[in-house]
Amino acid sequence: MAENSVKLHYNVDASDFTVAGQASGAVKKVLKQLGFSADVIRRVAVAMYECEINMVIHADGGEIDVEITPEKIRMIHKDRGPGIKDIEKAMQEGYSTADEKVRELGFGAGMGLPNMKRYTDEMNISTELEKGTVVDMTVLVK
Amino acid sequence: MSAEKTNLLYHSVCLEQDLCKGCTTCIRLCPTQAIRVQNGKAKIIRERCIDCGECVRRCPYHAKKVVSDGFDALSQYKYNIALVAPAFCGQFSKATDINVILTGLKKTGFDDVFEVARGAEVITQKTREILAEKKNDKPIISSACPAVVRLIAVRFPSLSENVIPLTSPMEVAAQMARKEAREKTGLSDSEIGTFFISPCPAKVTAVKQPLALQKSDVSGVISVKDVYIRLAHTLSGMTEVEKLSVAGRDGVRWARSGGEAEALGIKNYIAVDGIHNVIKILEELEDEKLKNIDYIEALACVSGCTGGPLNVENEFIANSRIRNITEDMENAQVKADEDISLFWDKKVDYQPFSPLDSDMGEAMRKMALLEEIYQRLPQLDCGSCGSPTCREFAEDIVRGKAQEKDCIFRLREKIEMLAKEITEISKMINE
Repeated sequence: MAENSVKLHYNVDASDFTVAGQASGAVKKVLKQLGFSADVIRRVAVAMYECEINMVIHADGGEIDVEITPEKIRMIHKDRGPGIKDIEKAMQEGYSTADEKVRELGFGAGMGLPNMKRYTDEMNISTELEKGTVVDMTVLVK
Repeated sequence: MSAEKTNLLYHSVCLEQDLCKGCTTCIRLCPTQAIRVQNGKAKIIRERCIDCGECVRRCPYHAKKVVSDGFDALSQYKYNIALVAPAFCGQFSKATDINVILTGLKKTGFDDVFEVARGAEVITQKTREILAEKKNDKPIISSACPAVVRLIAVRFPSLSENVIPLTSPMEVAAQMARKEAREKTGLSDSEIGTFFISPCPAKVTAVKQPLALQKSDVSGVISVKDVYIRLAHTLSGMTEVEKLSVAGRDGVRWARSGGEAEALGIKNYIAVDGIHNVIKILEELEDEKLKNIDYIEALACVSGCTGGPLNVENEFIANSRIRNITEDMENAQVKADEDISLFWDKKVDYQPFSPLDSDMGEAMRKMALLEEIYQRLPQLDCGSCGSPTCREFAEDIVRGKAQEKDCIFRLREKIEMLAKEITEISKMINE
């Protein structure tokens, strides 16, 4: 179904909070134009925004690939950051490794990964210390 | 087309063809991307326009006009009441006392005046009750600004449940004024005219074709600028002032941004003004980024209703006056009779911008094409093609409403290519 898909690519700049959210904002607009339901759009926007913010806070930015088909929306976030030491801990609500500076900005509440999990139907994380992390999320259209 | 479908099609904002120079200022400022320039003239896409008046305010050639009623409309009724919004009282430097404005306005041709601030007080009270009963953590969005309610209808239908289904202070005031007038004069309802003095086109539309009411109780809308000179003359020669104002502080402070929310006496609220700022907040709300917020006051004009495009006075000066007027004011005793209806009585037909195609597979194909075209465009958002941005232009192309050659940069490239080809061909011929 190659013709029935839309592929989008975004670069996420490092350590710039003012531009974080641009990719998720752009995807939201595309999904609206394609006629997806409000629920699907919200889930994609929230999960993607959380991931985008993580890329800015923890990893020096990265790249996002989005593939949209009528059945599902898949978002692959790749960064070149420090990797996640303990994924199990990172998935716990309230657990955060964000530093004081980031918390002062209102981020780093330890809800990022748990929220991504909650809003998506599939989520796979592959991470390697000092190399980077790939977060692969899918929202199914039901 | 159903009756509801035509709902968003009436517009008070219109184009004055002769004055429009096709300069493209308006297309880039329109918050719903509802304007295109085609064949040298601006064209408003009716399904998208929310009558916020941003283009009326910004057009350098004053080519956007607002169709409202004139004073001659008063002749249709035996008894006419001016509905005066609190923001109107900030228009005149002489008005340190609301009674001066009300007395003057009455002399311009009305039988009576009624303060919309009184309607605002009733809405404030009802909103407090609703907030007290609220059980979920969804923020309530004010429905006071008709441009914002329309914005939500076309751009944020997913937030429709957040909008408080209350009618506007203007409608409440109209009902109260009518009731008082019937009791006072013995006239029937159809013999009484209620005229709102409006700072904005959105209020005109809200009366002519209400989004959430079967019918407006306001008979007509006269713009502030049409009243201004008449009243200014009257005020200069006026010696006696009638005591007409009964509204209190909570009602009058609705005039400026923040006033409506302050009157509620709650802590966790956002008061946002200016339509582009409102969009940012609604995006945040849609993405679930707003936490611990109970109420959102959202006004299309910067500074609130004092910033309406039909006003004469600078909005910051007007707000300063409103602040001075309300500073020492007491709150009024608010009581709305049972027969004054406060809730919407019609289901709002939310009409989001239509997707690229009703068939999603086809929409996907068009989206891929849109992306492809967009990558070819200069991405300068210069507006020369008549669309607000290169992206909107690419969308217009796939929707069949524009052609790639409308882009001056693409056209230049094509001409260059053609010129090269001709040179090559002529070389071949000569060889």
